[in-house]
Amino acid sequence: MAHGGGGKLMKQLIDNMLLPVFSNGNFVEHDSAILNLTSNKIAFTTDSYVVNPLFFPGGNIGSMAVYGTVNDLAMAGAKPLYLSLSFILEEGLSFATFWEVIKSIKQASEISQVKIVTGDTKVVEKGKGDGIFINTSGVGIIEHNLTINPQQIQEEDVIILSGDIGRHGIAIMALREELEFETTIESDCAPLNHLVLQLINSGINIHCLRDITRGGLASILNEIAIDSDSEMIIQEKFIPVQEEVKGACEILGFDPLYIANEGRFIAFIPKNEAEKALSIFKQENPLATIIGKVEKKEKGRVILENKLGSKRIIEMLTGEQLPRIC
Amino acid sequence: MSLSRYEIKINGLVQGIGFRPFIYQLAHKLNINGWINNSSEGVTIQIECSPETLNLFIAKIKQEKPQQSYIENLVISSLNFVGYKSFIIRDSQKENKPISASILPDLSTCNDCIKELFDCQNRRYRYPFINCTNCGCRYSIIKKIPYDRIFTTMSKFEMCEECEKEYKNPLDRRFHAQPNACEKCGPHLELWNQKGEILAKFDQALQTTCELIKQGKILAIKGLGGFHLVIDSRNKLAVNKLRQLKNRPDKPFALMYPNLDKITQDCYVSSLEKKILLSSASPIVLLRRKKENSLSLICSEIAPNNPYLGIMLPYTPLHHLLLAELNFPIVATSGNRHSEPICIDETEALVKLNSITDYFLVHNRPIFSPIDDSIVRVIDNQVIILRCARGYAPLSITLKNQNIARDKNILALGGHLKSAIALKIDNKVFLSQYLGNLDNLENEELLDNTTKKLNNIYQIKPDLITCDLHPDYYSTKYAETIIDKFHKEGKLSKNEDRKNSISLVKVQHHIAHIYSVIAEHNLNLPLLAIAWDGTGYGLDKTIWGGEFFLITEEKIQRIATFSPFPLLGGERAIIEPKRITLALLSQTFKAENNLDTIINKLKINQYFCSQELAILKKMLAKQINSPLTSSVGRLFDGISCLLKPKEIITFEGQAAMALEYLTNDIITTETYPFSWQYNADQCNYIYWESIVKNIVKEYLENQSINNISVKFHQTLVKVISTVAEKVRLKNIVLAGGCFQNKYLLENTIHSLRKNNFQVYYSKKVPTNDGGLALGQILFSLSPNSIKF
Ligand SMILES: [Fe+3]
Ligand SMILES: [Mg+2]
Ligand SMILES: [Zn+2]
Ligand SMILES: [Zn+2]
Repeated sequence: MAHGGGGKLMKQLIDNMLLPVFSNGNFVEHDSAILNLTSNKIAFTTDSYVVNPLFFPGGNIGSMAVYGTVNDLAMAGAKPLYLSLSFILEEGLSFATFWEVIKSIKQASEISQVKIVTGDTKVVEKGKGDGIFINTSGVGIIEHNLTINPQQIQEEDVIILSGDIGRHGIAIMALREELEFETTIESDCAPLNHLVLQLINSGINIHCLRDITRGGLASILNEIAIDSDSEMIIQEKFIPVQEEVKGACEILGFDPLYIANEGRFIAFIPKNEAEKALSIFKQENPLATIIGKVEKKEKGRVILENKLGSKRIIEMLTGEQLPRIC
Repeated sequence: MSLSRYEIKINGLVQGIGFRPFIYQLAHKLNINGWINNSSEGVTIQIECSPETLNLFIAKIKQEKPQQSYIENLVISSLNFVGYKSFIIRDSQKENKPISASILPDLSTCNDCIKELFDCQNRRYRYPFINCTNCGCRYSIIKKIPYDRIFTTMSKFEMCEECEKEYKNPLDRRFHAQPNACEKCGPHLELWNQKGEILAKFDQALQTTCELIKQGKILAIKGLGGFHLVIDSRNKLAVNKLRQLKNRPDKPFALMYPNLDKITQDCYVSSLEKKILLSSASPIVLLRRKKENSLSLICSEIAPNNPYLGIMLPYTPLHHLLLAELNFPIVATSGNRHSEPICIDETEALVKLNSITDYFLVHNRPIFSPIDDSIVRVIDNQVIILRCARGYAPLSITLKNQNIARDKNILALGGHLKSAIALKIDNKVFLSQYLGNLDNLENEELLDNTTKKLNNIYQIKPDLITCDLHPDYYSTKYAETIIDKFHKEGKLSKNEDRKNSISLVKVQHHIAHIYSVIAEHNLNLPLLAIAWDGTGYGLDKTIWGGEFFLITEEKIQRIATFSPFPLLGGERAIIEPKRITLALLSQTFKAENNLDTIINKLKINQYFCSQELAILKKMLAKQINSPLTSSVGRLFDGISCLLKPKEIITFEGQAAMALEYLTNDIITTETYPFSWQYNADQCNYIYWESIVKNIVKEYLENQSINNISVKFHQTLVKVISTVAEKVRLKNIVLAGGCFQNKYLLENTIHSLRKNNFQVYYSKKVPTNDGGLALGQILFSLSPNSIKF
């Protein structure tokens, strides 16, 4: 891809690539998309995606850009409907690569059942980008009366984790740093909206939902603990981690609790609905499990009980994680 | 003859050890009238006599004072004569002054009490809680001072008539012995099963306990400062079972021997070591084992591959009764779950030690503060405290340096491992007992509670808080929480905001280590300080641990450090020292590009699985999760693992200790070459690569690893003396965990002394992180704390 004078030409080319892929009756490029929503309570979010490398086992920047925004909407209890899609492309990017990304964006939007209704493309000089940057914004509707946020968390609420953790971060790092693990670790990149919707439709009184992306399970739990002023206890033995991920973390000296995920979330559910909720989770992923509970509503902190019954406070990720032991 | 009234104020260790009855008897002997009482700072005496008698009285106090007492300061002033009619002991006075009287540590059973314990005529025959003013529990049961029974956990026991008579009689050995008790009125023993059901009581409980120990059972026994887990040290099966259940595969177990004779059967005991074993502190003493001892009283699984044994003697009446009955050494290890604090409460122990033991020998005298056994070692014919706990804590240190801001109360929160806190009141620092490692909730809560308890005992509010610089230490976070809370509360009351403001001073880890030595010995500046250590957060956000500082009144300058190397995988490299070996080798052989050949020749690849080695090499090349360190402790780990490869260590310092033990007391002056350049204006690097290169060479030539270890130690000694020669300051401070190494410390001291340097190192205060809190306090008062 070229920039400058040729840039204009290239942009036309791109438009020609994009339009047929995303023409769905709503897609407009320059003007605004006009949407009919069936609820007057809507959720609206935006996020930008940068990832190196662009392609990784289990996904690529395109699928991430769709699922990321879809998941943010889902975590608010919304049913995602429409996305915008904007690219910042670096001069020199190959059309083949770009085409791959577009195809997987299309596929991801089909899987998560959202429509891409507007978009934009800019090309920057070589060296000023990292191949592809993507921004997506999303709109979803809320069709229930639940309030889903940390303030709803109650004592005794159980914490359900939707599957094993640590795969996305390790998959990306292994590829970027050329670390050859015996088995390839695949990212967990996936949409979460269908499962959330099922929970809502089954009448589960969800108190809070959060996808456990950057900072991993430990950091996200801490955020929620502080926001909701609650002390949580989780059990190490219940947190599923793939053997390969465990092994990789050990060698690298990382704690899987702090590794990023792209298709995992935690739900805070009243104790008496825990079993029902868990069975819904398990239909989607048999590894879903109850990892702990909210102990009391004071002093926001997260306690991890290890296999021997010892407890320690797990902290938010701060800076470099330098050794403390002597 | 004219009589005058004199007031004598004495501070130091003068409460709870029979000081008042001693003065009472002395006054009666010399026919002096007046009174004595306990005050917040010590004791106050008023007497009416001639100046000559006063002199005699003071001289006698100094000569004949009770064995456990220690006079820090004695001030006499004259007052108007009032005409006292007798000499009496008055009640403790209530004052509004800060409390700076030293709290007495727990004391081992005295000889008089032991005699009574085994005298079938005595009314306390075989009573496991016998004590007097010269012995017994103190700090572990104190809730508040002054030290009176109502402020201890003994307050729930009402004394019987006979006990009360002793307690009130100034001429009795039990006058004001706060834990005074007998079988009729005091605490008693019970033997419980796992469900907490009583199997036996009183002496029967003790007898059955002995039977169970002999049968190879693991017993949880409530002692002075907490529970011990006890087994027969001769029973290999029991030892292995305890190792497995306690999740403690390698770390040596502490032993309690029935008597000194039995100890000398297994170990060499110098006269100084004998003195410490029998002292009122009665710590665990690291003693050199007699080699190839086929008659050893204990099984070899107690301390595998270790030339030392950690041994103590019975220190409570309960232990005396047990050991007299058993007459063989027992393992007496802290009654805790792996890495948690020692259990102090019987119902808590029942839950926590449930998976380890079926039997609990308990008593109903509550323990207020958990306190482990202390550990000491004799180095260069000096007693060095490695763990300051029972018998020593709270340790009182008097600051004699200028500018110590007497009116400022300071709370220091110490480090992360071997945690201990300290309080400064007036010119005294009180160092708490060892609180364990702050990586689990229970230890963190113990830190919170100990802080609150000590503040409560001394009834102070700190004006300044000081802690380590490491952002992820629990103690740092706790310090920040206290400050935050204070500021939040401070905002509510608008006025006096500034006067009440409390500040936080974070002290660099190694500077705290050094100032700990400066405080203990009240040193003057300038001096050259060497801080060698495991890991500490550096000012440049790397991990320090091989540092040389020039410390003057004006500034602190880091004049030299070891050339840094990466810790592959951060903390993981500390648990797997083979990663450090790999990093050292890689850095050494980088230029020659033959790392793989070296690894193969050394046959260390077998300690890594194939994908592991490849990935670690990538981590090296790409600096993935590999923080840099200049730590000498880690250098020890890396060399140790090169000579004696091991996949993983299971207790702190294991690899470094293994390297020390290889020295085997061999004497040599040979060293390996190292390079450095001295430029006075900058931080100079000491390059260790040539040391590693030569070690590899000798190792591959099949030279003895003992000799290699000795040469490595001597090289480090030479590094210190080389820097000392360049800097040429008379006073040299050696600080940090590396100087727990006997071979390193002794040889460094000798080499420096030979060249007329004056060497200072920690003795009373642990040189490891257990001594940080003291250093933090002194440094936070120093003008350098602003500049450094
Ligand atoms: Fe240290
Ligand atoms: Mg997002
Ligand atoms: Zn006694
Ligand atoms: Zn009695």
